[in-house]
Amino acid sequence: MLSNFEKELIVQIWDKMIPVAEDIGSEALLRMFTTFPKTKTYFSHLDISPNSDHLRCHGKKIVQALADGARNISTLATTLAPLSRFHAYLLRIHPTNFKLLNHCIIVTLACHMGDNFTPVAHAAIDKFLSAFSAVLAEKFR
Amino acid sequence: MVVWTDQERAFIQDIFSKLNYEDAGPELYCRVLIVYPWTQRYFGGFGNLYSAEAIKSNPMVAAHGIVVLHGLDKAMKNMDDITVLKGLEKALKNMDNIKNTFTALSELHSEKLQVDPGNFQLLGDCLTVVLARRMTTDFTPDIQAAWQKFLSVVISALTRQYY
Repeated sequence: MLSNFEKELIVQIWDKMIPVAEDIGSEALLRMFTTFPKTKTYFSHLDISPNSDHLRCHGKKIVQALADGARNISTLATTLAPLSRFHAYLLRIHPTNFKLLNHCIIVTLACHMGDNFTPVAHAAIDKFLSAFSAVLAEKFR
Repeated sequence: MVVWTDQERAFIQDIFSKLNYEDAGPELYCRVLIVYPWTQRYFGGFGNLYSAEAIKSNPMVAAHGIVVLHGLDKAMKNMDDITVLKGLEKALKNMDNIKNTFTALSELHSEKLQVDPGNFQLLGDCLTVVLARRMTTDFTPDIQAAWQKFLSVVISALTRQYY
């Protein structure tokens, strides 16, 4: 449940991430692959070494999707419908992995935002990412 | 048995050497109680936790965060000491014997405090965020991985006496 204040805060944060989408996205993915090596099993078709083109490109896509979701929080299910189908029927990622990436996204934001990543901002982003992944996972079964 | 590389030990010790407990401890518990509000159920005796502002200025919240960090620190400083110690410091000082070092703390959390062990992971995640915010780009993916391995061993030790 996000308050109006939290929804605005989330939009502000993700709007700032769009210009650095490749940096933020690739860092979050790299943190996930390093801390939770089992997540690499879904990326055997890509070169996910640090700073690789694939990693930066994929990271950028994720951040852009999150920014898109942030601007359409009230209609997440509709906005994310194509991505939701993609994750359910094509990617078929084990649902526990969403939490691992969410955690690494939060850690990346904390590293880059420093003092601006207040407990209130942290709570809002955590709730947003949970809602986002719930929509991505809703067609799994 | 947990095997630590020299690099992992160095990373963990370095993190603690740079951590200001009096500063980070209060921030840790602020985040836990604000980001995961259901954890407030364990802190009925802490007084006013009704808003983020109340939590941030609550002295009992601040004090408890510091106690928890000292628990982790002591563990690292007494690697061979299996005597019962308090807090998370223990794990740091007893990296090779975290399991036994935490027996009493695990019993405390399960039988007396009755904390759902799922919440240990949440505390660990918040502590990781506290470190990330303070260390910024120095909190590299490799350091994060070593740190999270340390946390998972501590959490597993804390959960061991639950039945």
